[in-house]
Amino acid sequence: MQVFTNSLVLGAEGGFLVGDMLTQLFFFIVLLVLLRMFAWGPLMNMMKEREDYVANEINTAEKSREEAQRMQREASEELKKTRQDAQSIIEDARKTAGQQERDILESARNEAERIKESAREEIGQERDKAIQALKDQVATMSVMIASKVIEKELSEQDQEKLINEYIDEAGEER
Amino acid sequence: MNRLNHESPIVNDVFGISWLDFNLSNVLMMFVASLLVFIIGVAATRNMQRYPKGYQNFIEWLIDFIKGIIGSNMDWRTGKLFLPLGLTLFAYVFVSNMLGVITNGVVGHTLWWKSPTADPGITLTLATMVVVLTHYYGVKLKGGKEYSKGFVRPLPFLLPFKLIEEFSNTLTLGLRLYGNIYAGEILLGLLVGMATTNFLGFLGASIPMLAWMGFSTFIGFIQAFIFVMLTMVYMSHKVSDDH
Repeated sequence: MQVFTNSLVLGAEGGFLVGDMLTQLFFFIVLLVLLRMFAWGPLMNMMKEREDYVANEINTAEKSREEAQRMQREASEELKKTRQDAQSIIEDARKTAGQQERDILESARNEAERIKESAREEIGQERDKAIQALKDQVATMSVMIASKVIEKELSEQDQEKLINEYIDEAGEER
Repeated sequence: MNRLNHESPIVNDVFGISWLDFNLSNVLMMFVASLLVFIIGVAATRNMQRYPKGYQNFIEWLIDFIKGIIGSNMDWRTGKLFLPLGLTLFAYVFVSNMLGVITNGVVGHTLWWKSPTADPGITLTLATMVVVLTHYYGVKLKGGKEYSKGFVRPLPFLLPFKLIEEFSNTLTLGLRLYGNIYAGEILLGLLVGMATTNFLGFLGASIPMLAWMGFSTFIGFIQAFIFVMLTMVYMSHKVSDDH
């Protein structure tokens, strides 16, 4: 080995030393194993964990965003519905109020009509009654006056006939 | 002949085995680099929180950086398998490169403190390991049949070139890193030698040395990046379906 390598420029350092090579191989493999066990392993686990964490967080954020959107949509639907309800309630109230107004007016008008009617009837009755009373009185008074005036000239029958004539006339004239 | 007349602390024939030689400075620096990477890695991943701050930000940036390298070569489903490899390779190569830029330590005439990656044996070991891993994962992820077919695709007569490519890939991957770092250390060593001769030499050498250290830092980063990038390119040749 030495003979060969010494003839090359590589021989300047003393050639290939098999012991060095084996030592290097041994050291490197030990270093590789130890670092993998104590440094790279935990580090890569940590990086993996962080990756998972970030991915998880992104997923969660996405989910809560969707949830929020859904809830917002629901809330606006709810609001819309409520608004419609309120609108319809107001509409109903307005309708009912109009109906009631009409009913009240109607009944008031009917009542007035009725009162007017009955008043008219009463007036008519009263008038008839008054006329009747007047008739009776006039008849009585006429009889009294006539009996005073023509007491002596007329018989009972003539008187009666005459009075009735007057009364009838009076009734026709009215 | 050692660089700049510095000796390497070489122990030959350990345990009486004729081919088992060690360069103790390499062993030391490999240990230091591994230890530093381990301490940095573990320190950065203590007290991890979901909201990263400070140190954790840095290490996560590093992970994203390596992820980017892998992601530009293969899809992430298979690519995540190689993230620990890429991270460790990058950290180890970068720290190794930096060790030699910060300082070179010489005790007596023996060079002890340097970049472990300034040694061709070490870089080629890393490169070989990477290429062997690509074959391993090629077989594991695509099955032996598909893996073998990869050598005769798109045309059967490419087989010898494909085979040569495997070796040349290994060589270029290792030697590119070695050459860059070794050259950087040589020039730093020369500048240090110049700076320590006399006062004028210090004045003359300090500015280029600052510049060269900055550049070496850049080179160290770029080489670590290229090493990991090519690792993933070779890996994707073996494990991706679209190649």
